[in-house]
Amino acid sequence: MIESHATTPEIHGHPALQHHFENMEQQREAGTIGMWVFLVTEIMFFGGMFLAYTLYRALYPASFASASNHLDITLGAVNTAVLILSSFTMAMAVYFTQVGKSRAQVVSLVLTLVLGLTFLGIKAVEYHDKYTDRLIPGHLIPSAPFGPAVQQHDQPLDAHKLHLLPGATLRQVEMFYWIYFALTGMHALHMIIGAGLLTFLIYYSIKGRFDPEYHGPVEIVGLYWHFVDIVWIFLFPLLYLLGRHFEH
Amino acid sequence: MSEHIVPVRIYVMIFLALLVGTALTVVAAYIDFPWQFNAIVAMTIAVGKATLVVLYFMHVRYSTRLIWVIVASAMFWMALLFSFTLADYFSRDWLSIGY
Repeated sequence: MIESHATTPEIHGHPALQHHFENMEQQREAGTIGMWVFLVTEIMFFGGMFLAYTLYRALYPASFASASNHLDITLGAVNTAVLILSSFTMAMAVYFTQVGKSRAQVVSLVLTLVLGLTFLGIKAVEYHDKYTDRLIPGHLIPSAPFGPAVQQHDQPLDAHKLHLLPGATLRQVEMFYWIYFALTGMHALHMIIGAGLLTFLIYYSIKGRFDPEYHGPVEIVGLYWHFVDIVWIFLFPLLYLLGRHFEH
Repeated sequence: MSEHIVPVRIYVMIFLALLVGTALTVVAAYIDFPWQFNAIVAMTIAVGKATLVVLYFMHVRYSTRLIWVIVASAMFWMALLFSFTLADYFSRDWLSIGY
């Protein structure tokens, strides 16, 4: 092995180099391109839901503002900061891998995972608040604001809790919550998948698999993580902030 | 390795810019702008934050042309999806044929 390395350096490759690639750089570039193509499909996937949001918000402006004002802006803003910080630690994990600081790399990945789980924890608190306020769309909760008995009259059961603006109706508020749970639910699912990918990265980074030449997996999981962050960057103002300026 | 390593200083600056953007969007949401400017301000800030993440955290600024084309294709198809659908919905009232 040492001999062949000395005589024919071009044949000796990195142990992680797959046979169908010329060199490590080509392999990493191919992985990055593949991840970006996947992210394009993800953008289109979320795009459909963002389009549904745009249309219904244009059709039901007062109801969407009323429903949005019920969301907890503090928790939403804290979660935004948590996710941005996790994106930063993820970027640092890629950096530390590139410069070969394996210990700092593991620490950055663990921090990213902890911050991701913190986000999910805060999200769970918010979902629980919506459950106790009986704002789950559909007829799953008996005597819910959106239950069949109430929908006939289209009157709020809990008018003091919902602060319906003039022109808002419960049916339309329910549509906001359908879209809210679809978007944040799919986003949370992506966070859970991201947490699984990070766990995989942490396991292999502790085993010392990644180095400056081979860090494709860290980089493409990073791309995925930043994409999920970007989705939230749009979700936060669209879901939490759209009706605040009506409250005076 | 011809790969560009983004310096830590830039990562820190982008991180701080994203936090400032988040604070700005919260503050702006409480100001009652005329017409639809609340939505326009919020989306401008969000697009700005997303651009910073894509260019620096996701290294697109330092990536090959092929990556640029792939990212641009996503923007292009999103623009098609939104413009054609919204053009349909918002022009339906223009003809009094009912739908």
